[in-house]
Formats: sequence, C-alpha cells, structure tokens
Amino acid sequence: MDVLLHYFDNVDWADIWVATNDTLLMLGTSLFFTVLVGLPLGILLFLFSPRQLLEQKATYAALAFVVNAIRSLPFIILLIVMIPTTVFLTGTSLGVAGAIPPLVVGASTFFARLVETALREVDRGIIEATQAMGATTRQIITKALLPEAKPGIIAAITVTAIALVGYTAMAGVVGAGGLGDLAIRYGYQRFQDDVMVVTVVMLIVLVQILQTIGDKLVTHYSRK
Amino acid sequence: MIEFHNVHKTYRVAGKDIPALHPTSLRVENGQVFGLIGHSGAGKSTLLRLINRLEEPSGGQIKVDDEDVTALDANGLRRFRQQVGMIFQHFNLLASKTVADNVALPLTLAGELSRREIDARVAELLDRVGLSDHAKKYPAQLSGGQKQRVGIARALATKPKILLCDEATSALDPQTTASVLHLLAEINRELKLTIVLITHEMDVIRRVCDQVAVMDAGVIVEQGPVAQVFLHPTHPTTKRFVQEAEQVDEGEQRDVFAHVPGRIVRLTFQGEATYAPLLGTVARETGVDYSILAGRIDHIKDTPYGQLTLAITGGDMEAAFARFTAADVHMEVLR
Repeated sequence: MDVLLHYFDNVDWADIWVATNDTLLMLGTSLFFTVLVGLPLGILLFLFSPRQLLEQKATYAALAFVVNAIRSLPFIILLIVMIPTTVFLTGTSLGVAGAIPPLVVGASTFFARLVETALREVDRGIIEATQAMGATTRQIITKALLPEAKPGIIAAITVTAIALVGYTAMAGVVGAGGLGDLAIRYGYQRFQDDVMVVTVVMLIVLVQILQTIGDKLVTHYSRK
Repeated sequence: MIEFHNVHKTYRVAGKDIPALHPTSLRVENGQVFGLIGHSGAGKSTLLRLINRLEEPSGGQIKVDDEDVTALDANGLRRFRQQVGMIFQHFNLLASKTVADNVALPLTLAGELSRREIDARVAELLDRVGLSDHAKKYPAQLSGGQKQRVGIARALATKPKILLCDEATSALDPQTTASVLHLLAEINRELKLTIVLITHEMDVIRRVCDQVAVMDAGVIVEQGPVAQVFLHPTHPTTKRFVQEAEQVDEGEQRDVFAHVPGRIVRLTFQGEATYAPLLGTVARETGVDYSILAGRIDHIKDTPYGQLTLAITGGDMEAAFARFTAADVHMEVLR
C-alpha cells in the first residue's frame, strides 16, 4: 500500500490541474476556430471540385494545393514555421494564445477535407431534386446538403477534436503548457514515470470522452 | 403544352462527342399523360431532364406554354422550375427531414407562403397521398411505396402544371407500382396536370398513358396514342416491349401454331367491340369453325381491348374474313 501511495510522489496535482485546464482551453478555442474556418473551406472545396455545382478546375486546383501543402507539414514544423504569423496575429508565440493560430491552421485544412468528403457522401439525387424545385445554390447548401451531411460533419468534428488533442501536446514545444508539455518536461526529460502515467491517463480519458460525445451526437442526428 | 423543336444533346466524354439525343421534335398537349419508353441508355432520361433544364440542350428550342425555356436566365429558370414537379426512381427524399418537412421544402425554398400557410398546404397534400398519419416520421421509417407518395406530395407542393416522373415505379414491387400509378392517374384527372413519365415497362405505359413515344439510341422510333402503338406496333423495339409486357414468345408461338390446321388470324378489338358477340355470329353465318390459340382481354388506361389468335377451318373462309374486316375489328392474317 505504501509503495503504491509513494509511487505518485513526484506528481504535483496543482500542476496537473493547470495543465488540464490549458489543454481544454487550447482544444476548445482552436476547435471553435477550426470549424469556423474549415467548414466554409470544405464547402468551397466540394463546390469547386469536378462535376459539382460550381465546378472550377483552376480554383479547385489552387485551393487543393494550398490545403495539401499545409497538410504535408508535420505539426511540429508548422508550429515553428508559423511563429512570425502567430506573433503578428496574437502578439506572442508563447503560451496558450501562441498555440492557437498553428493549431487552427493545421486542423482546419484537415477538417476541410473531411467536410468535403462528408458532402460528397450526400446522394447526388438529393442535389438534383432540390435543383428541380428551383433552389438557388445557396439554398441547396443550407437547406439540403448541410442538413443531410450533418452526421458526417459531426463525426468529422469529433475526429478533428481528437487530432487537436494530439497537436496540443506538441504545442508544449512553444511553451503552450498543457498535459503534453507536462509529460515531456517531467515525464520524459526528468524521468518522472509517475507524471508520465498520470498525463497519459488524463489524455486517454479526454479522448474517450470526446469520442463518446461525438458518437452520441452522430446517432442522435442520423435518420437512416 | 410542351414543345421540342429539333432539340438535341451531346455529351463530351474523354474528348469524344457522344450523342444522347438526336435532333428531336415532339409535342405534349396539356392534361396529357405522355409516356417515354426505352431501354437504359436510349436517351429517355436525357429527354425528360431537358424539359426542366437539369440537362442543358446542345441545340434546339424547348417551349412550355409558349414560353421559351431554353432562353430563360438563372432567375427565370428557378421560377419556371417551381411550376414543374419531379419525382424520381430512388425518391430522393431528405433523410434528415420529416415527411412533413420534405413536403414543405419546395414551399420553403420558394419563400412565398407564411409558415401557417405552408403547414396547411402540407396537411392537404399528405391527405391527398394518404399519408396524414406519417407526417412526423422520417423517410427511413417508410416503405418504398410510401416514400414515392411523399415524393409525389412534395412534387405537387407548388401546384405545378407539369409533373415529370423519372422511372417513378421502377424500384417498387408490382402491387405498390399499381397503387402509385393509380395515384398518378387520379392526380392527372383531378388536377388537370400534364404528366411526362419515363419507364422501361410497357405495362406502366398501358395503365396510365394517353400518348407514348418509343426511344432507341437517342431517337424516337415510334409515337402515337397508346392503344395504337400497343396493339399495332411497327418498329422492332416497340414490338419487343409489347411482347415483354404480354409475355409472348413469338418463336415459341410459331412452333405451336405449326401443328394447327387451317388459317391463322389475329383479331384485335377495341372499346365496345370487345364485348360484342362477333365470333359466334360469324361462325354461325359463314359455317367456319374456329379454335382460340391465344388471347387476352384487358384495358389500356380506361379503354377495354381484346386480342385473339384463332385457327379457322372449313366453311366460307373469305366471307368470314370479310365479316371480321367489316366489323370494328382489326384483322391480321398470320398464315
């Protein structure tokens, strides 16, 4: 019993608490902006893509190139490449605020591709039927495509949120704090296995909670 | 009235021009049920979609009630499409919306009615298609026939003057097909709606259409009133469709008839003549004997018809033939 109690000697629960809060703050803020940027971007990718409503080969190719280029960068590199932009946007490249721009840029391109796929899953017949009713392109998107793709988009948000949990851990590199930062500085660099175990468990619990909420929402909105 | 003047459509696939519809002229009168029949790839689906410009014509002119549809701009086209309902083989209902919301969608898109007016109209439409009890359900909870009824209610929401049916019964079982066709005929009669439908089943044409056009390889090969085309097909494609509908195998029939003595004739009756006691009278008066080799008595839309294949022996055969021809009966001598 004693051994078990003393195993967690290095763990400063106040630190864990702060780190968890930082992680949640980064996750919440970046997820919000990711959806804000990535949803329209995904819709545009879908509309401009071949054989879709606003088919535009050149625009699609340009957009797809930028999205792919950003997605080619490992997040850790993106963090560093973006430092000047981040400083311009937030005034700092450090802390939670310094982590948000690279998190949003990295995740929204990923999310946009998932949205594009979710929209493509909607039966073409639905678009045709809505067109035949005399809908405008805007109406087709808001009244038919988005409602029909809602479960797919919620699933995309879930996957993106979980990817963001991973990204926030790396954001520790720019001094952003959070659970990942704790795991690297204490668990890895100071060989404090107990801190490592606690942060890992916290991250696992966080991901499980996100996935469960996502799945519940998808089920709730699926009518198939 | 829907008019096509030399309308054609060519798709460009992998650098090559593939004609889907060769220059076609055609006329559908108001209030008519006009059927287009053809195998898949015959161009019937392209022709149907040209009417509301889901397909853009490569050339020619399409007019609906003297309005040049081909000349409409985006706004004009949207307003025009609100006057043309459409139903589909796979229903194309929104899975995320209830039955009532699906039916309300065209009205919401048009944005001309208040919420209360839309609700009233939706209730009226669901009542017409017999789905009032299912308003709050989602399409996934309905059977195929019910889904198509929702599709019909949705297509009628904006009180269109034309209804386009794209293989509307092809995904349904025979019994459900009959009830959906019955509903379409009822709508045509009561709302004076012009219906253009495409199908690959002659039976669908026989049950509801007034006029039929048979398509093959992007060309209308035969066209006319259903009774005429159905009972006296001239083009090989039409003959094949009619045989499919009647489940007659001509080769098999010829083998059977080879063993039968005498002359073989096919008599086609239409309308009141179907019920006249012609055979017995003629046999008595001319002394011929007959045996019935094949026959059916049925309806084309509301008109009864009969078709009998007879072997005739003995008596005054020429007089009998003259009597048949003189009566309101179409006679073909097969042998």
